[in-house]
Amino acid sequence: MLWPRLARIMLRPPAADAVPPPHPETVAALAARVEAAAQARLGRSLAVLLLDSGGSGGCMLEARALAAPAYDLERFGLRFVDSPRQADVLLVTGAAARNMSEALARAWTATPEPKWVVAVGDCAGGAGPFAGCYAVEEGGVGAVLPLDLMVPGCPPSPALILEGLLALLEAQAD
Amino acid sequence: MSAASRLIRTAPEAAPGHHWLDAAGWAALPAALAADPALEFWGLWAEPGRVHAAFRDGISLLLASLEVPEGRYPALSPARPAAAWFERMVADLWGLAAEGGTDSRPWLDHGRWPATAPLSDHPGHQTGEPPQPVFLPLEGQGLHQYPLGPILPGAGPGHWRAHVRGEAVHRLEARLGYGHRGLLGLMRGKSPRAAARLVARLSAEATVAHGWAFAQAAEAAAGIEAPPRAVLLRLVLAEWERLACHLSDWGGTMGAIGLEWAQVRCAMLREKLLRAHEAAFGQRLPLDLVLPGGLASDLTPEGAEALLAALAALEEDLPTLQAVQDEHAGAQDRLRGIGGVSPARVAALAAGGVAGRAGGRNFDARRDMPYQPYPGFSLAIPTASSGDAEARLRLRLRELPESLGLIRAALARLEPGPVLVPLPVGAGEGVGVVEGPRGEVLHWLALDEAGLIRAAFARDPGWMHVPLLEAAVPGTTLGDLPLVRASLNPSTSGMDL
Repeated sequence: MLWPRLARIMLRPPAADAVPPPHPETVAALAARVEAAAQARLGRSLAVLLLDSGGSGGCMLEARALAAPAYDLERFGLRFVDSPRQADVLLVTGAAARNMSEALARAWTATPEPKWVVAVGDCAGGAGPFAGCYAVEEGGVGAVLPLDLMVPGCPPSPALILEGLLALLEAQAD
Repeated sequence: MSAASRLIRTAPEAAPGHHWLDAAGWAALPAALAADPALEFWGLWAEPGRVHAAFRDGISLLLASLEVPEGRYPALSPARPAAAWFERMVADLWGLAAEGGTDSRPWLDHGRWPATAPLSDHPGHQTGEPPQPVFLPLEGQGLHQYPLGPILPGAGPGHWRAHVRGEAVHRLEARLGYGHRGLLGLMRGKSPRAAARLVARLSAEATVAHGWAFAQAAEAAAGIEAPPRAVLLRLVLAEWERLACHLSDWGGTMGAIGLEWAQVRCAMLREKLLRAHEAAFGQRLPLDLVLPGGLASDLTPEGAEALLAALAALEEDLPTLQAVQDEHAGAQDRLRGIGGVSPARVAALAAGGVAGRAGGRNFDARRDMPYQPYPGFSLAIPTASSGDAEARLRLRLRELPESLGLIRAALARLEPGPVLVPLPVGAGEGVGVVEGPRGEVLHWLALDEAGLIRAAFARDPGWMHVPLLEAAVPGTTLGDLPLVRASLNPSTSGMDL
């Protein structure tokens, strides 16, 4: 039946959660950094490329969950893209496996300026359970790419990752 | 008993089901395996000076080992195609060569580590620039190569190279190892409890399955059993993980054919599951919950209620998902006959999980290599024989109500009690097999006198799904590649170790 269904859809509350406020200190720290880099204004929008540098995939699961209606990334002007050439932000998860270093560096080179790198998770920050192994870069993703922001956690919740991205957005608008 | 299994079983037994073959015995193994297709090959790994192979013989696991003082052993890949990936891994990590193997190219070692053969007793020194990868040659006129990855949206790191003529794909080849982070090396010399943190991070979507199989192996080595409450809660966690993984795989494949609202619906359902999981166990993803000896934490007081409420919400939506699967003409058109693999190929690769059961391999470790607490529960395991993307998706959906029922039954049987017992210190070895969301997971470990890990191996079902995907793609078009990949969704992080 169409009418009951329509009525249900009309009355259903939106699936999206309330917006978490970004941390004021993070915003302030980033504002200073971004001011220097953001010569070209992008407006309040960022295109995000997800990059897995070799890990369990847990951080990637939580980052991808941001696209689900509960977080609804796009209402903030954030969206996931498929190529570094379309991206403003490289969101890197994983332990920075040495076998991925060249791919990460090439993706960064292919990303147009201005660009930002966000490391998500303890592994990407160089402090995860794989740190110190022959197969991963010492110091995590920061050893390969210039980091702008670090979201800790193993894995961090989608809300925390979103907070990081929103902080970047705020800083960029200032 | 078949010839190959007799050959292994007549060799001296080191532990139950674990036999040490002599050089002549192992040399006879490839021919015996070729003559006996029923003995399933499950994995091959090494430690310095030794190689180990795992097979399934009916309801039991059979381990065959060989001392390799010369650093060479006869290859199994001529008789079991899936062994090629393992032989290449053994060469990359331990420097042991498979003589007569079908493929000797490195795949884990990209020439970017400080050492070669990092897990051998005498690692070499890596010198020079990383070598260019060697790919399979183009066979035929008018073919060209279409490279994908290692950076792929929605998938773990991996390079996929398709040989195409126009739109038609003639061959797909995987080059993996981009995500190698040295898990096996890091596990050595750690206690099982400490190593569990690494095992949990082998593949996040199957973290309970890996943790449980590893815990089974450690508990077998130490000669203890987890308390009954922990065992029941492990079932709850494992089935919860299966629900979440099936929803995201089913939704992801629907997204790949353009039915994005079905994908979004699944993402919402999955999010509800994760939030209920957080209410019940204090964290969204089940990492680090399963430990050797039991569980790291118990269900919260209001946890069972939150889990049951989420299950009720999921159950309400199942008919909608089922209607898409059964009645959406577009979906049927796009899925049917795509990415099919013959039952013979599925059996030869012993591909696990839904991918195997959709192609006639009627195996589920919960029923066919039973472990506690599954023998006390009734469980229907749907199968199909067409082996295509449609069958894989149909089975994923059919398994959801089964997991739902198992969780409810297990929660109803929970009795108060401890969830963790101490692990005695001592030497030993053990194996564990658990049916994960994408197929059976195998863990083996050997402990030294101090109770620390001397050697260990973890086999994710992805090891068999990557060759299955390579076999499933020829004959389809380039446009269907994402769909076929999503329908199998092999875990490269589980394979890259």
